[in-house]
Order: sequence, then structure tokens, then C-alpha cells
Amino acid sequence: MVPLSWYLILSAVLFCLGVLGFLLKRNIITIFMSIELMLNAVNLTFVAFANYWNAHGGLLPSGKPVVGLSGHVFVFFVMVVAAAEAAVGLAIIIAVFRTRETLNVDRVNLLKL
Amino acid sequence: MVHQILFIIFALMCVAGAVNLLRQSHPINSALSLVVVMASLALIYLLLGAEFLAAIQVIVYAGAIMVLFVFVIMLLNAGAEERSTGSRIALIVGVPGALVLGVLVGWIMISNNKLLGSVAISPTDFGETHFIARLLFRDFLLPFEVTSVLILIAIMGAVVLGRKES
Repeated sequence: MVPLSWYLILSAVLFCLGVLGFLLKRNIITIFMSIELMLNAVNLTFVAFANYWNAHGGLLPSGKPVVGLSGHVFVFFVMVVAAAEAAVGLAIIIAVFRTRETLNVDRVNLLKL
Repeated sequence: MVHQILFIIFALMCVAGAVNLLRQSHPINSALSLVVVMASLALIYLLLGAEFLAAIQVIVYAGAIMVLFVFVIMLLNAGAEERSTGSRIALIVGVPGALVLGVLVGWIMISNNKLLGSVAISPTDFGETHFIARLLFRDFLLPFEVTSVLILIAIMGAVVLGRKES
């Protein structure tokens, strides 16, 4: 038996490390990886609360495990959106690198490519 | 007891990977430590009874997305990052801010410990693939179809952005 709060604290720690990485890192790819870390931390919260709802009888009157498993479906959608975001974001990074020849965000200070 | 030991091992692996992501200056090392974080998160999902999500965490995140990252790092021949003045300001302001955020959330969780209850490894079939499939293709059918449009747009955007201008 592990308290649910342990999972949530782990998630908070991972999220804060993601925030720190976003603020401290200067490499645009590492900043992007910090965003993925934050998304993963939020996913962990979703899964933990899905387990909580299941343990507390997250069943609709028809017997479908809708409430409990909705958290899992949300995580599924977060993963889909994260995959799409990674594809577009890395394409933008390649486009920026092609014109600037750098990955340092301090030197990428104009909106135009 | 076994559950707690397993949780602590995987949680420590997770946090160690995330800290290593921050410590490393070369992006390829950061990418590999992010793989460690994602793999140990998949194991934590298994502890929470989410088998399907554990599988797609490994396949989609640790597999597909991280391969994309490593591919781009190799393609751009990214070197070690250089420190600059902007990062010093972020260090002074950002570290206390993130620390306060973490301590605050942790304190809220600990003070609501009784309310939140605890997690047990149960032999129920919660989180099995066919329940999620039924939910996804019946109750969440419209969002599911909309994400396919989203992915199509993302693919087209990636192709347009990545194309060499002639």
C-alpha cells in the first residue's frame, strides 16, 4: 500500500524539474525535452487519480468503468498531442537552425525565421 | 511492502533521470536521461494498474518521440550548450520559484494524505486494453476522430516547415 500522495509528490517534483530545465537550459532542444518532462508529470497525475476513482467505485449505474478510466483516455490524448507537438516543434527547430546556424535560444531573438 | 520498495526504486530512477537531464550540457545525454525517466514512469504506471498506458508510454514516448529527438540532435550536430547572462537571471529567479512551487504542492499533498487514501496492487482487470478501447471508440469517438485531423495537420506542418526553400 503506497499513499496516493507519494505519486502526486513525485509528479510535482518531476514538473518542477521540468520548469527548472525550461528556465535554465539555453539549448532549444533541451528546452523542448523539459516540456516533454512536464507533460509526463501531468500524465502521472492523471493515472494516479484514475486509480483513485477506480478504488472509490468509479462506475456508472450501467456498470461501465467510465469515470475511472477517463483519466487513462486523457493520458492517451495527451500522448497523441505530444507526438504531434514533437513533430512540429522539431521541424521548427530545424528551420531555425537552417537560417541561424545556432541552437542557443539567446541568439534566436527575432520572430522571423 | 514490496509495492513501496518498487515505488521508491522507480521514483528514485525517475528523479535521478530528470536531475541528470538538467545537469548534462550535451543534448544527447539529456535525451538519454529523458528515456530513463519515461521508462521508469512506464513501470510506475504498471504499479497504478495502467497496463495499456505503460505499453504505449514505452512505445510512443520512449520509442517514437525520443527517436525523433535523437534523430534531430544527430542531424543538426548539436554541441554542448554555452552559458549566457540570461541563464544567470533564470538561476536567481527560477530556482527559488520552482522550489516554492514544489514545496507548496508537496505540502498540500501531505496535508491531504488521509483524504487521498492509498494505492494497492489489485488483481482487478482495471486498465485493461478492451475497457479503454470500448471507452475510446464509443464515448470518446468524436475526440478520437478529431485527433486524427490534428495529426494530419501536424504532419503537413512538419513537412512545410522542414522543406528547403527553393
